[in-house]
Amino acid sequence: MAEAAAPLLGAQKDVAEHDPTSEIMELQMGPSHPATHGTIKLNLTLDGEKILNCDVEIGYLHRGFEKMCEQRTWNHCIPYTDRLNYASPLINNVAFAITAEQLLDVEVPERCQYIRVIMSEISRITDHLTCLGMAATEAGAISVGFYLMEARETLYDLVTAVTGARLTVSYARVGGVMHDLPHDFAERVRTAFTDMRRILSDCDKLLSKNRIFIDRMSGVGAISPEDAISYGLTGPLLRATGVPYDVRKAQPYSGYDRFEFDIPTGTQGDNYDRFSVRFEEIRQSMRIIEQALNGIPSGPIRIDDPQITLPEKKQVYGNIEGLMNHFKLVIEGVKIPPGEAFLSVEGANGELGFYLVSDGSGRPYRVRVRPPCFFGMAALGEMLRGCLISDIITTFGMVNMIGGECDR
Amino acid sequence: MAEADILSHIETALSGTIQEQHSSHGNDTIVIDRDDLPTVLSQLKEHPDFAFNLLLDITGVDFFGKEPRFEVVYHLYSLTHNHRLRVKVRLTEESAQLPSAASVWKSADWLEREVWDMFGIKFTDHPDLRRILMYEEFRGHPLRKDYPVNKRQPLVEERDPITNPWHKG
Repeated sequence: MAEAAAPLLGAQKDVAEHDPTSEIMELQMGPSHPATHGTIKLNLTLDGEKILNCDVEIGYLHRGFEKMCEQRTWNHCIPYTDRLNYASPLINNVAFAITAEQLLDVEVPERCQYIRVIMSEISRITDHLTCLGMAATEAGAISVGFYLMEARETLYDLVTAVTGARLTVSYARVGGVMHDLPHDFAERVRTAFTDMRRILSDCDKLLSKNRIFIDRMSGVGAISPEDAISYGLTGPLLRATGVPYDVRKAQPYSGYDRFEFDIPTGTQGDNYDRFSVRFEEIRQSMRIIEQALNGIPSGPIRIDDPQITLPEKKQVYGNIEGLMNHFKLVIEGVKIPPGEAFLSVEGANGELGFYLVSDGSGRPYRVRVRPPCFFGMAALGEMLRGCLISDIITTFGMVNMIGGECDR
Repeated sequence: MAEADILSHIETALSGTIQEQHSSHGNDTIVIDRDDLPTVLSQLKEHPDFAFNLLLDITGVDFFGKEPRFEVVYHLYSLTHNHRLRVKVRLTEESAQLPSAASVWKSADWLEREVWDMFGIKFTDHPDLRRILMYEEFRGHPLRKDYPVNKRQPLVEERDPITNPWHKG
């Protein structure tokens, strides 16, 4: 009897000595977690529900974008860039085309610059709406999520009218854009913006002063401006900390210096500031689009150079030079002289840069993307240290990691 | 400080370390030696006239068949002075390693892991040099020009669903 009781007593003693509240737990969250809209794995070290350490693993959506681009002609890379940040594909298109044009030392016509600005800003709004809608949904405000998706659909209708596709737009070309805006585009934008303004003011009322939402967002996932700069954060994440850095103002491209707009900044660098900055940026982007639509000049939408852009169909079918130019461009690609260029644009998530190296053949020798959310993910561990597990969802939503861009 | 005189200003401040400098397509570039890298990078960040506080990017380029084979390219940006700079280090295949910049900028940590993963260029005093985009079992470095485009290394054996379906019959 005594012999049988001994191990039992020993086990009870173990339990008494072992205080479960002081236990450090390892938890692997992901790679396919229902509450994160992206495939990442978080290796968490937890004290209860508090996060002591968070090791972020990315790469689950790696498909060799840079290697693929090296096998194709310059214009063949444009569809691949659609798939980087699929919430704002037009900005990626434009960024790639502008960098390639910098290597060619050419400037696109003014109308093309305006079109690129308008389409980039529409893309920025769709990206922010996706980010805010998803973040609201994940925080429990599902109806707001649907309202914002409704607003996004009105903009996707505009994108479809111009490019023929919702997401995989492939609209920009080296030396121009694919085709002109539809004739009633300005009218459509005005109608869409009336709807957008109504939806935005509804969502503003539903979220911005909502006690529950503020409690979930405010003071959570904060990062200091010094750390943000050291981690290479840009875009809304950096501006939320109070640093007014925007590539559109600092190093204007595609004629952004023509337009008047403000750079919204935050003060705390927490999730609520990131939310507010994105919300205000939507309004600023609408301002830019309206200015651009008022000032858009008429004229060509691509460079008139048969070495760079495809000739008119009339030329291709009508004379031998046009046919040859078309054939050479399609088969061999644009011959970009040897050299290298790095240029960055203001993507929806931050500074989106392309580093292109050409060896003079029709194909890029090296294509490198500087993906903005890669840096956000690198800083995620720092942002989450000391937060609770439930804060991961809102912080991850506000970093707005897009797998296609982060993992390439 | 005007954009144009950064390069000459850097040359006087960091005399003796700059092997080559040029400016093309709006990008200012300096080429330095691997051994000078830590001092040059920390000077570029700390010196108030340069203040390159944002490390935008680190990447590699593989010039397969040429010597030296690799280039590691740093893109820096100064929020204070609004200027950009490209810093290059050239490496031979035999000694494809260089000192880490992770102690200067925190963003260098992941960027250097990616360069290691994609090009097999080692960063000698990096705190945690693991693969980042590929999995640990992956062999080789995919962005090297001698890595075949169509080579596959599946972790789980690939299965033809026609000849070998999950449910037979």
